[in-house]
Amino acid sequence: MEQLIQQLINGLALGSIYALIALGYTMIYGIIQLINFAHGDIFMVGAFVGYAGMTTLRLNFFASLALAIITCLLLGVLIERVAYKPLRKQTRLAVLITAIGMSFLLEYTMMYFVGPDPRAYPALPDFMRATIKITDNIVITGAQILILAVSITLMIALQLIVRYTRIGKAMRAVSQDPDAARLQGINVDTTISFTFAIGSALAGAAGVLVGVYYNSINPLMGILPGLKAFVAAVLGGIGIIPGALLGGFLIGGVETLVAGYGFSSWKDAVVFAILILILILKPSGLLGKNVKEKV
Amino acid sequence: MFEIHDLQVRYGAIEALKGISLEVNEGEIVTLIGANGAGKTTTLRTSSGLERAYRGKIVLNGADITRAPAQSRVKKGLVQVPEGRRVFPKMSVLENLQLGAYLHHDKAKNTKTLEQVFQRFPRLADRRRQLAGTLSGGEQQMLAMGRALMNQPKVLLLDEPSMGLAPLLVKEIFSIIRAINEAGTTVLLVEQNAHMALQIAHRAYVIETGTIVLSGKASELADSDEVKQAYLGG
Repeated sequence: MEQLIQQLINGLALGSIYALIALGYTMIYGIIQLINFAHGDIFMVGAFVGYAGMTTLRLNFFASLALAIITCLLLGVLIERVAYKPLRKQTRLAVLITAIGMSFLLEYTMMYFVGPDPRAYPALPDFMRATIKITDNIVITGAQILILAVSITLMIALQLIVRYTRIGKAMRAVSQDPDAARLQGINVDTTISFTFAIGSALAGAAGVLVGVYYNSINPLMGILPGLKAFVAAVLGGIGIIPGALLGGFLIGGVETLVAGYGFSSWKDAVVFAILILILILKPSGLLGKNVKEKV
Repeated sequence: MFEIHDLQVRYGAIEALKGISLEVNEGEIVTLIGANGAGKTTTLRTSSGLERAYRGKIVLNGADITRAPAQSRVKKGLVQVPEGRRVFPKMSVLENLQLGAYLHHDKAKNTKTLEQVFQRFPRLADRRRQLAGTLSGGEQQMLAMGRALMNQPKVLLLDEPSMGLAPLLVKEIFSIIRAINEAGTTVLLVEQNAHMALQIAHRAYVIETGTIVLSGKASELADSDEVKQAYLGG
């Protein structure tokens, strides 16, 4: 029982990171029906910018986090403008392939500059390394609390933006009906840029948090978490924001449980088995409604 | 107030509009009638900037808006209620209406306009918290019109407001269109229901396969044999 609770705590921390990445996937899919395969690599860039902030620039953790968020925000907007926007009227496949190309570009550009070897993430200040013992076998680390606090703050901020702000309403309008949105005077291009900005900012934050959690970063670190966050988004229902949260926490939970009970080498397989199962059983995701394809 | 000159629109190799011209004067209701596929919706979509003009000119209040982006046309007062209502289904009635005022930042004015919209469509006021996707077809049409009014249009483009509605509702919608016009909004009404459209319009154009074939006073067209035969069931 105690082990279960401990694993669930670990799962919550990991899941909140997946949820942050999955939110970007789902928002971008919701607005332009693109699976942005470069999204995991933006997360990687976030991890490295955070690293540079804490080492080269000697900034504290939160300043480095902010720097990673801002850099990824700008990077996301830039990628959309340069790579995806010119293909707005092309087939979805063309954009998808471009996204895969963009993913490689980010990975190997980063590798060119920092080399392929993993780097150890800088140590956190002491107060963040403290652990809280609940019982002898249940321990919450400072890093876990930090990760949860940062992700939940960002998720709440996202909800407030999407629900109540003018641009948030525009985002929802464009995702539901771009032409009708245009007829209200909404600038669809700006709204899409904004969506990439927010999604990429969240991925950047997740990158720093993963660096803190696993203590190791490398230029290809975005691939697997990116794919898992994609599974999380599909599991919750792609395009649905609460679905990405649910999916993220579920995938994080399942992965830590599988690893925690001694099947470490199976944890990735289980995540992708979930993807296959959900695509067979409920392709629209847990929170999605089954819609008939219009012909 | 609103003019289209020799407008051509192509979808690939298909000529949807082969050079049409029409004009709507301030304070008028003008209707564009014609069969399915004649080019009515293309005319409105191009007017609003959702399709690109291949040739020709679109003029609003003396300004050439042929190449203007969609949002700047809305800003200039050219507002469309699209075919099939196109309300935002997963947003509440109130949020849909607020989006109609997207370009208007004067909160006090928006509140006043919202009150006016609720006066015109009391049913929307009752359902303001309901998701737009759960409304009936008639209510969605009212919402789409209310949303357009939130934009304080100078010229209102209406695409088939009667589509799929029961006859009684169609009557109601058309009397509201007339009332909106009497309150000072210029209207270009696209309709398949020629009978109803010719009753409320001042002038009318008849479009067939991308070409205007007839135009004139609505009352005269309603009496003409050609229109009677083709669009009014003999």
